[in-house]
Amino acid sequence: MPEQLVFAMEVILNGLMAGVLYALVALGFVLIYKASGIFNYAQGVMALFAAMTLVGIMNGQVPFAHLINAIFGTHVHYFGWNVPALLAIILTMAVMVLLAWAVQRFVMRHLVGQEPIILFMATIGLAYFLEGVADLMWGSEIKTLDVGLPQGINLWIDETTFNIFDYGFFIDNLDIVATIIAALLVAALVAFSQYTKQGRAMRAVADDHQAALSVGISLNFIWVMVWSVAGFVALVAGIMWGTKSGVQFSLSLIALKALPVLMLGGFTSIPGAIVGGLIIGVGEKLFEFAIGPLVGGATENWFAYVLALIFLVFRPQGLFGEKIIERV
Amino acid sequence: MFYREAGDFKTSYIADSQTFPIKFDRYRYYVVLAVAFGVIPFIINDYWANALLLPFLIYAIAAIGLNILVGYCGQVSLGTGGFMAVGAYACYKLMTAFPDVSMFIHVLLAGGITALVGVLFGLPSLRIKGFYLAVATLAAQFFLVWLFNRVPWFYNYSASGQINSPERDVFGIIITGPNAPAWATYLFCLIFLTFSAIIARNLTRGTTGRTWMAIRDMDIAAEIIGVNPLKAKLTAFAVSSFFVGIAGALFFAVYLGAVEVGEVFGIQKSFLVLFMVIIGGLGSIFGSFAGAAFLVLLPVVLKLLGVDLLGWPTDIVAHLNLVIVGALIIIFLVLEPHGLAQLWRVAKEKLRLWPFPH
Repeated sequence: MPEQLVFAMEVILNGLMAGVLYALVALGFVLIYKASGIFNYAQGVMALFAAMTLVGIMNGQVPFAHLINAIFGTHVHYFGWNVPALLAIILTMAVMVLLAWAVQRFVMRHLVGQEPIILFMATIGLAYFLEGVADLMWGSEIKTLDVGLPQGINLWIDETTFNIFDYGFFIDNLDIVATIIAALLVAALVAFSQYTKQGRAMRAVADDHQAALSVGISLNFIWVMVWSVAGFVALVAGIMWGTKSGVQFSLSLIALKALPVLMLGGFTSIPGAIVGGLIIGVGEKLFEFAIGPLVGGATENWFAYVLALIFLVFRPQGLFGEKIIERV
Repeated sequence: MFYREAGDFKTSYIADSQTFPIKFDRYRYYVVLAVAFGVIPFIINDYWANALLLPFLIYAIAAIGLNILVGYCGQVSLGTGGFMAVGAYACYKLMTAFPDVSMFIHVLLAGGITALVGVLFGLPSLRIKGFYLAVATLAAQFFLVWLFNRVPWFYNYSASGQINSPERDVFGIIITGPNAPAWATYLFCLIFLTFSAIIARNLTRGTTGRTWMAIRDMDIAAEIIGVNPLKAKLTAFAVSSFFVGIAGALFFAVYLGAVEVGEVFGIQKSFLVLFMVIIGGLGSIFGSFAGAAFLVLLPVVLKLLGVDLLGWPTDIVAHLNLVIVGALIIIFLVLEPHGLAQLWRVAKEKLRLWPFPH
């Protein structure tokens, strides 16, 4: 087998893994969009916020320590205990639910019936707000997150592929775990929205707000629930990316990675988010591998967007999106 | 009492269709112009120019540009940073290629080149609408920044990858480079801002502006009554990018002097200008000024209060700044979706009735 082809295969495998992670972030967007018609730009910052909260709780940091110290002249930093990972994750989830409630109560409730673009801008404001709060709460330095996920090269794949192709593929254990967790999460979300009472209510709200209200579904409850689920997805994404590259500001930029995935797959479709994520993950890695060296590299920054843009010109609603019908 | 149109008789059509029909507004406008051109250049110093006035003037031009696209034509763009970068790099290439040509011409040409690029990236808007378009303009943002970062021709093969603005003058007065006097840079930007505002104001009052607004309010209905969407959308992209390009050229050549494209013209800049437009007021030229002034002032005031007065560390103040900007945007969208400009309009209505409200 020619060497280039083997390299390309490794690139494709890594692209698929990256694509799963993009899809994971994109899922959070799709959930909120389907249930409330809001395009939630703050999803990436929510992942950052969740990861920072998780690290903060695990290390027993005092929230707002810097601010308290600056105002009162004290020197508190740590409570002096360490919380086990599982408990910390549960506590973080509680914080995310609280956040979901606050967003619903103080922001979204006042903006019902506004144009989608106004709602979108409100979530950009929310993203700035959350980023500032996260930094004030836990400090802005880069933190390492370790909840006990395996990391490093997967030796089994390395050996097996070495025996077949004479070249060992480099595949990170973390990526494999992330893929499995993402797949489980997607399955769980689909099952949740198809077979549970709340899931059905959520789809009803997505379909028609007023009809859902008139059969007795509480919109407020559904929206809090949806934002909580999105918070949970953000937490999972935050753990994955945070373990991979440290908890820092750039974590919030994964939202920007998820946007072209959404455009490609369609804003309203859960399978679309997954297929879009895989296409973009593989596409950008292959493009960088094949064309990147010719044009100076780092094409990953824009390739996904340009791909999605070209794609949208031919199919404005994305791969699996609902057909856009316009009436005067 | 003094703010009303009663008794202000117009005797010609030109007088009837002027920009400021109320006498008080007109005089206020002349006074502002007189102060800006006749007083501030004499009392300006380097700190005021660099901390407040230059960023305000330049961001106001960019905000006017973006407001034409978002506020008047309804096409949301998140690519402002990228288009500013086009203006900056076009200006740089022109400055280094033709050192003897006046800076005025360079900046205008840079605006023109940006307009062409804007039209190119505006083409998909004919098919893609709403926030699919907003996300699609991010393609422009990322692609352009990458292009200027990776293709050495754009930064003249300099080792650092930065572009530095060489010393250039207008009528013998140095405008760019470290030796430029504060008043000269201020006046240079002010002239561009004044003309941008006048052009934008008159465009939006005329046929062009009305076709933009028709497209914004409902594009299908506009098409049916005979507005050409191709022409309307592309002119909006062209005019908007022209102003944004001028702003980018001034930002690089006059204000900063040295630019690393990823830092200066990144996506944060796109959002910043968009926030100026939202907080100022969508679809209002005055709003662009108000929004730019507000968001330029806010960090400076916070820094004065937080760092100098209370003695807090700078990073906390920077984070607080984020929190406040985010909260303000949400508050504005909830309470006053039409921004500062609407508050101004309400104040004017009140003033017209004052002191007899009934």
